[in-house]
Amino acid sequence: MALLQISEPGMSTAPHQHRLAIGIDLGTTNSLVATVKNSIPEILSDDEGRALLPSVVRYLPNGHANIGFKAQAAQTSDPKNTVLSVKRLMGRGLKDIAYAENLPYDFLDTPGMVQIQTVAGVKSPVEISAQILATLRQRAEDALGDELVGAVITVPAYFDDAQRQATKDAAKLAGLNVLRLLNEPTAAAIAYGLDNASEGIYAVYDLGGGTFDISILKMSKGVFEVLATGGDSALGGDDFDHRLLCWISEHAKLAPLSDADTRLLMVKSREIKELLSTKSETQIDATLGSGEHVRLTISAEIFADMTQHLIQKTIQPCKKALRDAGLQIDQIDGVVLVGGATRMPPVRKAVGAFFQMTPLSNLDPDKVVALGAAIQANLLAGNRASGDDWLLLDVIPLSLGIETMGGLAEKVIPRNSTIPCARAQEFTTFKDGQTALAIHVVQGERELVSDCRSLARFELRGIPPMAAGAARIRITYQVDADGLLSVSARELRSNVEASITVKPSYGLDDAAITRMLQDTHGTAEADMQARALREQQVEAQRILLATRSALDADAHLLSADELAAITQLISVLEQCAASEDREAIVAAIEQLSAGTDVFAARRMDQSVRAVLTGKTLEQLI
Amino acid sequence: MQNHFELFQLAPDFDLDMARLDAAYREIQSRVHPDKFVGASTAEQRVAMQWATRANEAYQTLKNPLKRASYLCELHGVALQAESNTAMPAEFLMQQMAWREELDEAKNDRAAFERLETEVLQAHRDQIAQIARHLAKADFQHAAQSIRQLMFLEKFIDDLDHRSEHLI
Repeated sequence: MALLQISEPGMSTAPHQHRLAIGIDLGTTNSLVATVKNSIPEILSDDEGRALLPSVVRYLPNGHANIGFKAQAAQTSDPKNTVLSVKRLMGRGLKDIAYAENLPYDFLDTPGMVQIQTVAGVKSPVEISAQILATLRQRAEDALGDELVGAVITVPAYFDDAQRQATKDAAKLAGLNVLRLLNEPTAAAIAYGLDNASEGIYAVYDLGGGTFDISILKMSKGVFEVLATGGDSALGGDDFDHRLLCWISEHAKLAPLSDADTRLLMVKSREIKELLSTKSETQIDATLGSGEHVRLTISAEIFADMTQHLIQKTIQPCKKALRDAGLQIDQIDGVVLVGGATRMPPVRKAVGAFFQMTPLSNLDPDKVVALGAAIQANLLAGNRASGDDWLLLDVIPLSLGIETMGGLAEKVIPRNSTIPCARAQEFTTFKDGQTALAIHVVQGERELVSDCRSLARFELRGIPPMAAGAARIRITYQVDADGLLSVSARELRSNVEASITVKPSYGLDDAAITRMLQDTHGTAEADMQARALREQQVEAQRILLATRSALDADAHLLSADELAAITQLISVLEQCAASEDREAIVAAIEQLSAGTDVFAARRMDQSVRAVLTGKTLEQLI
Repeated sequence: MQNHFELFQLAPDFDLDMARLDAAYREIQSRVHPDKFVGASTAEQRVAMQWATRANEAYQTLKNPLKRASYLCELHGVALQAESNTAMPAEFLMQQMAWREELDEAKNDRAAFERLETEVLQAHRDQIAQIARHLAKADFQHAAQSIRQLMFLEKFIDDLDHRSEHLI
């Protein structure tokens, strides 16, 4: 029997120790969690063997919540407190939500993101999503038997900054360390590409419960490169159900429906939609609250006719994505179908007709995103074997811009730019003596600001009075590898600076997250503090470990003085890392981080220089 | 600071070996991409993001003929001044106007539209070839003039693309 190795406290973990990481597909209708075990990605099921977790949360009068199947079972009896398809509400204001009038919730039109009044209090879409994520986290921890290093959470490629930020906040609230937000079609491409050793240019057509994405990717050995992406973040299987519901109301000549009856017919509509994927005709049979009986026959053909315009709505983004990628249809080597809604035969037919080939669907369209996310999580957590490594190059789906005079949106970073990316642009003042500048950050393709999504507003103050047009204000947009934007502004003559991570209009500040954490877990202040302290202690160990291994490898890049300064900062952090003083740990981490900036930059320079020197093209390819 | 060509260890020519550019870009990204630094220190993550951002910027600039040509002019101290310098040869402007008229007339005529599209795309290729000739002779002033014309052409091709959506 081999002896188990236990590393000395504070020492680096053994290099081949498997670090537990998961991938989560946070879907509109269903959510899944997956992990990689013994190099094979697999979906983690609940204790009854079910892979899917319905993305449904029901709030109860005692403040607790049911999540998943139990909540789903109550959707018609308790529609007001049972939230379905919360993904469609993420990062959205009330006016952005399609058919809000058909939804049974008591909406609060709060600034930025809508909220819902439930029997357990006011809940934001972020909190509701966090309930789903926390349930999956628990499932994963139970199955894997240990703490998780982190998670990759998937988002629709066409999600804008507000929707991405809301998703990241939800994960934070659920106690997950987010390794990366990953676009759903890209996750599918990873699962598909690695499974089939595919090379070439692929289109991933992803029609989920509430969102539609199309991504065009170039897959080659070791690289997944997204060439273009497009979609509609408010179009999915739900809309087909809704169309059917309207058809039923119309043909059965029903009076305006109660919330419970709407839910009932919505459930029936979904069942019928699914049945019509395999049958040519089926019956609608339902008894409403009033005792009124609804009985209708519907054929697959009628259903196809009434939803044809929805399918057509997906083809336009496909054309646009191809054009953005600079490709013709005949350059596409394969089309991969993702999302439950691609099971509908008319969808397959339309996609096949547009791309002039039979779409591939040899992986379960419900599971492929979670599997891809797990594979990427495993890679990011550092479990890759050498030689078994790949690079993912993704893009932002929508242009990022700034409001200029006259309500026009000036594009700063165009859509389909590879991330991470940054761009600086210079602006000037409009009036003599102007000392502040209002900066309005927007996202979208339209020319008028009012037609774009407003992401944030902030002000650069303290500009010294100058003549109009004399100030030089440089505004820098930086998009990170999660596709999240931060913006900074600086007046170049006076060096006055203001910066912002684009959160305030939609996202939550740290105080709001702390309050929600307390509400969600019903924990006392003291528990929260203990948790926050523990997080910083773990972070301190991570930073110490990373810094020590960097010194082991590259201390020669530092002068004796520089090395001494870093060693000093390490020992300061070491001393307080085990203490109870959270503030001191945070400060020491920040100091070590700032103190190793130059070292990190030199290490990277060295690495980049080494990589190309003396290599021939053949060696590079 | 290295310029974009130096970053990828390529000669600063308009006539680039695209396979080599692709390979060098991927090689650098595989070293600097933030995905490779998920467990690293905050300082290293910051540097990784800056480097990956820079590699993307350099790659996008060199990959695109218009941006590559503009960048070469800039490296040699010739600014494009695309906003302020809008002077174009009369002949070029006449051609643009004729094409605009043709586009309006081809609104509902697929064959006419495609003829126009073919012609404009050919003009685009010719224009790039002309820029290449100027740059090969290190004639950056004339190259800049040709690049400004290329911008007009690309704008027109964008309009063609938008129109083609409504044709079908």
